Amino acid sequence: MRESAHKLSRKSIRRSKPISIQKSIRLYMHYVSINVRSAMQYKMSFFLTAVGQFLVSFTVFLGIFFMFDRFHAVEGFTYSEVLLCFSVMLLEFSLAEMFARGFDAFSGMVRKAEFDRILVRPRNEILQVLGSKFELTRIGRMLQAVVMFGYGIAKSEVSWNFSKVMTVLFMLIGGTAVFTGLFLIYAALCFFTLDGLEFMNVFTDGAREYGKYPVGIYGEKLLLFSTFVIPYALVQYYPLLYLLGRRTEKILIFLPLFACAFLLPALLLWKFGVRHYKSSGS
Amino acid sequence: MITMEHVCKSYRIAKRNAGFGEACKALFRREYEVIQALNDVSFTIGDGEMVGYIGPNGAGKSSTIKILSGILTPDSGTVLVDGRIPHKNRIRHVSRIGVVFGQRSQLWWDVPVIDSFELLKDIYSISETDYKESLEELTELLNLGELLRSPARQLSLGQRMRCEIAASLLHRPRILFLDEPTIGLDAVSKLAVRDFILRQNQTHKTTVILTTHDMQDIEALASRILLIGRGKILMDGTLEDIKKGGDSIDETVAELYRSYDI
Repeated sequence: MRESAHKLSRKSIRRSKPISIQKSIRLYMHYVSINVRSAMQYKMSFFLTAVGQFLVSFTVFLGIFFMFDRFHAVEGFTYSEVLLCFSVMLLEFSLAEMFARGFDAFSGMVRKAEFDRILVRPRNEILQVLGSKFELTRIGRMLQAVVMFGYGIAKSEVSWNFSKVMTVLFMLIGGTAVFTGLFLIYAALCFFTLDGLEFMNVFTDGAREYGKYPVGIYGEKLLLFSTFVIPYALVQYYPLLYLLGRRTEKILIFLPLFACAFLLPALLLWKFGVRHYKSSGS
Repeated sequence: MITMEHVCKSYRIAKRNAGFGEACKALFRREYEVIQALNDVSFTIGDGEMVGYIGPNGAGKSSTIKILSGILTPDSGTVLVDGRIPHKNRIRHVSRIGVVFGQRSQLWWDVPVIDSFELLKDIYSISETDYKESLEELTELLNLGELLRSPARQLSLGQRMRCEIAASLLHRPRILFLDEPTIGLDAVSKLAVRDFILRQNQTHKTTVILTTHDMQDIEALASRILLIGRGKILMDGTLEDIKKGGDSIDETVAELYRSYDI
């Protein structure tokens, strides 16, 4: 008996090849597809939410538009410069939201012990949590962000060259990573509080709001905070200065990539949370 | 196949009295009570065995299942399932076990059951041929047929439970944990589920651990019974060991619970 158990365990080692990234992406797409199919069961609600979401985000744009009608510039930044800043930030946020907003519903999953089901399936927990919830309306917001991004780039008076294009690309990567990290931290905290923490929205939705303007205008302290604690400035302020030609250090191009390191503590906190997980009920 | 040695697990439970004032007070100072869910539990289950795990509500049955399936980490003691430590090598472990929680669904609510199955195929990386084979067999044995094309939310409980069980077996696990699989089912569905579990155990030599409050489940299925109460294994034996005289099995078990004061 013991010997056969031994043999078996060896067999199962061979069986469990590392799961490739391609396979994970395919599974994620499968999750997305099943979510979309679910949403399509309720036609009316589906269309109304999509329209509603679009209108809400549209007012955001109107808001800035009317404001600039009166001010035109904020502390040394022109309309087109702020527009560029905002549109990049919005796209970063929307990208992160698109993939990582599944964490929003996570507190419910922990409280109702639906996380049990995720733990008994042989896939990465994060992938499964993200896949378990995907509102199609996010695609609407995403599209809007893309339009806004295009508009911001078109209106900007930046003289584009290779390194500036790369800077924007890195900003998008880094910014998406920072927001994803925030969503992840939000979810990880649910393991301990068993509840959604509204205050975390200050850092996510809030950042999107005050991220409309280059962080530098908020003063020294906030700039320090957003450089070293939650690295918004690394993905927004400093590379923006490079884009606008106010500073020319090459390091500024790569700063947004450093911001990706923010994912590490977020992941660690998540791992720690999973170990802390206490199921509930029956 | 499965060994548990001196396993302990305790929870901290927040307590407060009724009322809004008490709720406010509890925001700042909370009283906790530590509950010993499992207290030095040890047992061994062999390959291909079918074991009924019984005990009153809150005795520690679900905690045991959750530890064996890697959801919970025990406070102390050793757990070994098929040569693996469940909570240490979670992904490797769970790809070889099947779990049915009778009170919770694993199917997607709004889409046809077959869509959920297809997703599970990707989750467990089941090959096309294996998937087809399993699906065919399960469809026939559990009489799923047309059910697969309806959304889970529109199935009756009995129909859904048959689909849940099929969903847990698509990847052909060697061990199956069933946590109250017959809860709330009508007579016909109960019989169908029992029948199927029995056959699964006989033809595929699947090791089955089943928790239930329905003594007829035990009578029909389990050759061996583990009785747990207050976090301790009180008895490990066969149905005959429990049964005495002409009493119905429910009465005997109730008597047993009373005699152990659980």
